[in-house]
Amino acid sequence: MIELDGVGRSFTVRHKTGWLRRGTRLVHAVRDLSFEVAAGEFVGYLGPNGAGKSTTIKMLTGILTPTSGRIQVAGLDPSRRRTALARRIGVVFGQRTTLWWDLPLKDSFTLIRHLYKVDPVDHRKRLAELCDVLDLGGFLDKPVRQLSLGQRMRGDIAAALLHDPPVLVLDEPTIGLDVVSKAAVRGFLRGLNAERGTTVLLTTHDLGDIERLCRRVMLIDHGSLAFDGTVEQLKATAPDETSIEDVVTRLYTRPVQ
Amino acid sequence: MLLAVTWIRAAAQYPLSMAMLTIGSFVVTGLDIAVILIIFSHTGSLGGFTLPEVMFLYGTSGVSFAVADMLFGNVDKLSQHVKSGTFDAMLIRPVSPFVQMAVDRFTFQRFGRTAQAATVLIIALTRLDMPWQRAWMIPLMVLCGIVLITAVWTLGGAIQFILTDAPEIANAFTYGGGQLTQYPLSVYGNDLVRAATFIVPLAFVNWQPGLFVLDRPDPLGLPYWLRFLGPVAALALACVAAFAWRAGLRRYRSTGS
Repeated sequence: MIELDGVGRSFTVRHKTGWLRRGTRLVHAVRDLSFEVAAGEFVGYLGPNGAGKSTTIKMLTGILTPTSGRIQVAGLDPSRRRTALARRIGVVFGQRTTLWWDLPLKDSFTLIRHLYKVDPVDHRKRLAELCDVLDLGGFLDKPVRQLSLGQRMRGDIAAALLHDPPVLVLDEPTIGLDVVSKAAVRGFLRGLNAERGTTVLLTTHDLGDIERLCRRVMLIDHGSLAFDGTVEQLKATAPDETSIEDVVTRLYTRPVQ
Repeated sequence: MLLAVTWIRAAAQYPLSMAMLTIGSFVVTGLDIAVILIIFSHTGSLGGFTLPEVMFLYGTSGVSFAVADMLFGNVDKLSQHVKSGTFDAMLIRPVSPFVQMAVDRFTFQRFGRTAQAATVLIIALTRLDMPWQRAWMIPLMVLCGIVLITAVWTLGGAIQFILTDAPEIANAFTYGGGQLTQYPLSVYGNDLVRAATFIVPLAFVNWQPGLFVLDRPDPLGLPYWLRFLGPVAALALACVAAFAWRAGLRRYRSTGS
């Protein structure tokens, strides 16, 4: 479903070197990244801040064009066929909403129906399902800016799934949520993956997400893949550590080869 | 299209405010024409043109500019969208971000300006002593004008992919160009007119085709066939703008997180 082959993305960063002089420096956010995610998998994508997680997500969704390598998502090259891919992929950014700030949630959903050209009957059915499972009924009429973070996140997830995509990509979907909201989001994602067979890739800093949801974990550090395997294999990399937090801390802080 | 309707509906929740803003923009732009009337109360001609002729040039450029502004004026807000991260949200939708940006917060008040310019144009046409068999050029020049101004706007937007911090550079050409074409170009210096003809082809918005409609010799002595070059200039500039926009999109760097 998702294939990356030798993908890299670098940015030129300008910085001051004197009063007026500016130097440029090439920063590799992601380098030579290759992995594959099969249909129906539930994959967690871990990494310390600035490791290249969001850059990867943005390349998978076509927002950023990779500087090298090849990407295929749902059979398409994201940067070249971005709008075609948008119909086959759902995207959630935990840090910022993709909904319209001043519009009621309901109107946002209607807009999305038109943007994706979803059939009205299918849309109504899908919306009713999502409202039911994500418990959106109480705040459909409220403008998005008035929603609590937990409500907004559920709204965002519903919005990403209205066109019933086979792939769902989430960038920190549980950031800032309380335990109850986290449980609701996790339960929903697990059900989505199990019942509809949706392929899910999520980035997170919450290892609870990884332990409770992901069968497979990928860990990125300094722009390249440092680990790829099951949660058990991840724990086995440091058998003397008791908690998964300690295992990951060890992976994050080990010296760069 | 439906996005636009939704925004109008959102704004219509405050009907008084909407009406005031529409009337306001009608009145404020009406001051432009007051300035022209004051000038003509002191002199019989401006750059060799009579009052109805100047009103004709003002009206045609005004309608082109107002319609382009109404439909695509938002495209120059690109840097704001990039900075706030809303541009990422547009890129994950299956509709071009250009269209999404154009209709973002589409409001009814933008009709005020169009109405004002159209009123001036109609008054000018009733008072103008011009060869009627040449009137076919008027809708064509307004249409080409809309394309030209939209293209300049798009170029302005595309520049902001690289210069995120300098949206004002684009304004010099868009709003500056709108102001420039409100008066007969013969009131300006020769070099400026040549630049507006051959570099940023704003002279084709109303000046060159306007000379044809009014059956006037070119005060600068530029060739007669230039008067029919509006559609060519519009097409050429539109292609340049589309290319620049695509190049900018591939170079897009997104923001952190």
